[in-house]
Amino acid sequence: MQINGEFQPKIVAFCCNWCSYAGADLAGNNRLAYPENVKIIKVPCSCRVNPMFILRAFQRGADGVILCGCHPGDCHYTSGNYYTRRRMALLFSMLNYLGIEKERTRVEWVSAAEGAKFAQTMNEFTEAVAALGENKRLEDLRCKK
Amino acid sequence: MQKVTCDTLVAKACELLENGTVDRVLGWKNGEFVYDVTPALFTTVDDIKSEFVFNDFCGANFSKYLIEETRKTESKVLVFLKPCDTYSFNQLLTEHRFDREKVYAVGIPCEGMADITKVKAAAGDGITAIKAEGENLVISTLYDDDKAVACADVLAERCVVCKSKKHVAYDELLGEDGDVIDSNRFDEVEKLEAMTEDERFAFWQNELSRCIRCNACRDVCPACTCEKCVFDNPESSVVNKAISDSFEEKMFHIIRAFHVAGRCTDCGECSRVCPQNIPLHLLNRKFIKDINSFYGEYQAGAEAGSRAPLVDYTTEDIEPTDAVLKGASDNA
Repeated sequence: MQINGEFQPKIVAFCCNWCSYAGADLAGNNRLAYPENVKIIKVPCSCRVNPMFILRAFQRGADGVILCGCHPGDCHYTSGNYYTRRRMALLFSMLNYLGIEKERTRVEWVSAAEGAKFAQTMNEFTEAVAALGENKRLEDLRCKK
Repeated sequence: MQKVTCDTLVAKACELLENGTVDRVLGWKNGEFVYDVTPALFTTVDDIKSEFVFNDFCGANFSKYLIEETRKTESKVLVFLKPCDTYSFNQLLTEHRFDREKVYAVGIPCEGMADITKVKAAAGDGITAIKAEGENLVISTLYDDDKAVACADVLAERCVVCKSKKHVAYDELLGEDGDVIDSNRFDEVEKLEAMTEDERFAFWQNELSRCIRCNACRDVCPACTCEKCVFDNPESSVVNKAISDSFEEKMFHIIRAFHVAGRCTDCGECSRVCPQNIPLHLLNRKFIKDINSFYGEYQAGAEAGSRAPLVDYTTEDIEPTDAVLKGASDNA
């Protein structure tokens, strides 16, 4: 998306209900700024995120997708994020194998107490994706306006 | 040239059918052409004697057929399994997809199957007959004299890098059992990994854009056994084929490969049936290679009852960001 001649990436952030979403809340409460490019989707657990969700996000025009969950060992459901870690390791490696820039996908562990980390992660990620430019390799032209 | 002859298999099938061990036989019969041998179900000795074939084009993996076959009746079905098929057989047993008691599995040695694309490239079109003679295939065509090509030259890619001649599951074995082979099946994957992102993207764009979404790779895959498939959902946005290089193929092939990650035995059926000759096994092998390097060596189906890597975890697993770096050697 171009706004005032400047590229503004669309970022989709999947945040788990128990840690990362609360972390985002804390960032807000603490008046920590993070880019409005980030659209948060709340999920019960990072493990809820099916690989298809990530691809779907790209299809519908996301330029970068980030997945945030509880730190390994702190999952509200004991082990959800361990499964996430394996799945996303394989999925991201596969996306890169198909030539999708590896900077467009990311997993970050953000606890409910880490509002600052949330804001910093989103700032860094948005900047990295903005530098890559528009997502051309996993786009669906039918979904473009 | 296969070491075990068609006659041996026919004799075995007739014997088991006549003594009542089994009441039907999964085997191969000729299709429209001599080279498109097709899977078939035989129920009488006469049918077996007249139609059963076994030659260098019997690539079909019967493991998946057992799911439906074992549901039909209470009696046993005879199935012939090549070494690579036994891995799929084990994997399906692990997932409780069929009743082992209803199957009589006969292991047959395999010298590698021929790839018809390579045969046609060597002998030309209009093939009317193919005969195995020693180490050669003698091919008769409409337009030319008979031509002999070495079996080794027309071997299917998956057989060139065969991972095992050892049967991991059977009730009875015809001929001798082989060994697990330390093959270089990841060479092609490594070659791709060594490319830059742009080159890889161009490579896959070129390959996947040929996809006609026929779903043959899904239907044949012995690991793809869901009764309700995500791709059959008209809302899945992968059911149609809108333009030549659209999003759907990438979505479809990533998800297809992901859904069998950790369970794929690398039998190579997906690439064999692809009418567009897309090297689909390279996607599956990438997952296998990554799983091996991230979580330790794992061969799906080698052991019935083993736990697939994606339904398991350790607290010390590699982080996705590091995994991407480790998975791509150009960034190492």
